[in-house]
Amino acid sequence: MRKDLILRIGAKLILPFILLFALYVQFHGDFGPGGGFQAGVISAAMVILYAIIFGLKSAQTVIPPRFAELMVPLGALLYTGVGIVAMFKGGNFLNYSVLEHDPVKGQHLGIILVELGVYITVAGTMLAIFYTFVGRGR
Amino acid sequence: MMTQLPALQVVIPLLASLFCAFMKRGTVAWALSLVASWAVLVVSILILQQVLESGPISYAMGGWEPPFGIEYYVDKLNAFVLLLVSGVGAIIMPFAKRSVGTEIHSTRQPYFYTMYLLCLCGLLGIAITGDAFNIFVFLEVSSLATYAMVAMGKDKRALLAAFQYLIIGTIGATFYVIGTGLLYTVTGSLNLVDIAGQLDSVNNTRALVTSLAFLTVGISLKLALFPLHVWLPNAYAYAPSFATVFLAATATKVAIYLLIRFFFSVFGAGLVFQSLPVSEILLILSVVAMFGASIVAIFQEDIKRMLAYSSVAQIGYITLGIALANSNGLSGGIVHIFNHAIMKAAFFLALGAVFYRIGSVHIDHLAGIGRRMPITMMGFVIAGMSIVGVPGTVGFISKWYLAAGAFENGQWWLVFAIMISSLLAVIYVGRVVEVAWFRDPSGATLEARDPPPAMLLPILIFCAASIYFGIDTTLTAGIASQAAELLLGGLR
Repeated sequence: MRKDLILRIGAKLILPFILLFALYVQFHGDFGPGGGFQAGVISAAMVILYAIIFGLKSAQTVIPPRFAELMVPLGALLYTGVGIVAMFKGGNFLNYSVLEHDPVKGQHLGIILVELGVYITVAGTMLAIFYTFVGRGR
Repeated sequence: MMTQLPALQVVIPLLASLFCAFMKRGTVAWALSLVASWAVLVVSILILQQVLESGPISYAMGGWEPPFGIEYYVDKLNAFVLLLVSGVGAIIMPFAKRSVGTEIHSTRQPYFYTMYLLCLCGLLGIAITGDAFNIFVFLEVSSLATYAMVAMGKDKRALLAAFQYLIIGTIGATFYVIGTGLLYTVTGSLNLVDIAGQLDSVNNTRALVTSLAFLTVGISLKLALFPLHVWLPNAYAYAPSFATVFLAATATKVAIYLLIRFFFSVFGAGLVFQSLPVSEILLILSVVAMFGASIVAIFQEDIKRMLAYSSVAQIGYITLGIALANSNGLSGGIVHIFNHAIMKAAFFLALGAVFYRIGSVHIDHLAGIGRRMPITMMGFVIAGMSIVGVPGTVGFISKWYLAAGAFENGQWWLVFAIMISSLLAVIYVGRVVEVAWFRDPSGATLEARDPPPAMLLPILIFCAASIYFGIDTTLTAGIASQAAELLLGGLR
């Protein structure tokens, strides 16, 4: 019997809610405080908590270090991609209005995709930094 | 397509840098960087053509109209800076393959190119944007990429140099934001053109002067104005050769552009040079830099460090041109941005080639290197003649304009200062020439020979440019004096 039973069970209970809260912050970003950056940090914090309680190895099977590193350019690529699609549709770079026929819908779609990009990059960056620091000297 | 050029100028390197981060092999990342660098050069040439034909370009980022949205604003001055930065990036890329290949660990090479392209994107962004806060964002993009590039140097001291640069660079960026914030409280706008328009009605309040002070010190840290230059020699000396070439030729130049932009376009020469003693302060610091840094350069053993100190001295010439604040002086300053970039690129490329062959740029190891690597060292000598200011090279053109500017202000002693400080350059360049050509080769130098054509060609291009633009000045000095007139035209 491990001594840290309460921590392990407690963490297991909390983890899904942290992720849920992150997604709430992500999708609520256009109506209230929040957005991709905060949500990314919260999601990364969830993985970091998992790593602290269950060990780095099990955390790295969930999200491998290479995957975390690839998340960093992936999110930024999504962000830039939205801007470039807008250019192909005849607007200026990052002009979301041209993404859909209705400018309001276009703005909505644009900001959701861009915030998703921010989310992926921030979560990836936080994790990559965490993995690098924790992995030192191994 | 043509209307999207200002966005493409920044988006191409950004996109390429992201793709580089996915790459596993350095050569693939290098090929992608090469394509991106050349595409960026084409874009900047098209932009310059458009500006020269039909006046300033304004681009509303995201379709939000200025002054509320971010505006990209290109006039003659920054079109010139864009051409310089992208031109240097495009010419030195062939050099990168082997140089980076030997100096950076193979797993890190894709990341190195990512950082290089991000730095390019940031520098172009600073030059192209017309939004004060957007400048800060790009300043940070380029600076963070620079810290990472410097830290990738082979020498252990590269880490310390990068950290030192990180601290000082962050202070500089902070000062810049404080200055921008104060400017925002005074005018309620972040758009440079809009701010300049509103400043007419709020002349000389205390917040405005404080803002000018913060911006000047912040940007001066970035451009390594004496005595805020301490980060520069270490960063240049320990960074990978390719990074040094790129940074020495572009990074400080873009910061100087920013200083000119704020002094002349935003605050206006009337406030900066007539109501406040900025001219006197800048003049003294420039002259001290010209002499102090040149003298320190004479005593350096590491040639990269020597040239880094020489950069500080040369930046002194440029700020001298700004301090003179007349048409000739300012033209001299602006044209020296271009000319100094050419000669420093040639210098550091030659050193990079030497490092590629013998693994050192310490003066003791360079004995007889001129006999073994004649073309490379000939490039070094031509760049050296240019930095001294021999007639027929670009250095002469800049100094001619600066001297004319000093005469125009009646400060004849400055002409002597320019001449005597050039003689100091003769000493430090001469020292290397003496060791490289007049001593017998020994050790690793015996086996050295000129590098492959891909590395040699960029050196030769910059040498040819430093002679060509020393004779035909219509492009460089022509645009510089047009830009200077434009800037001084706003004299209030």
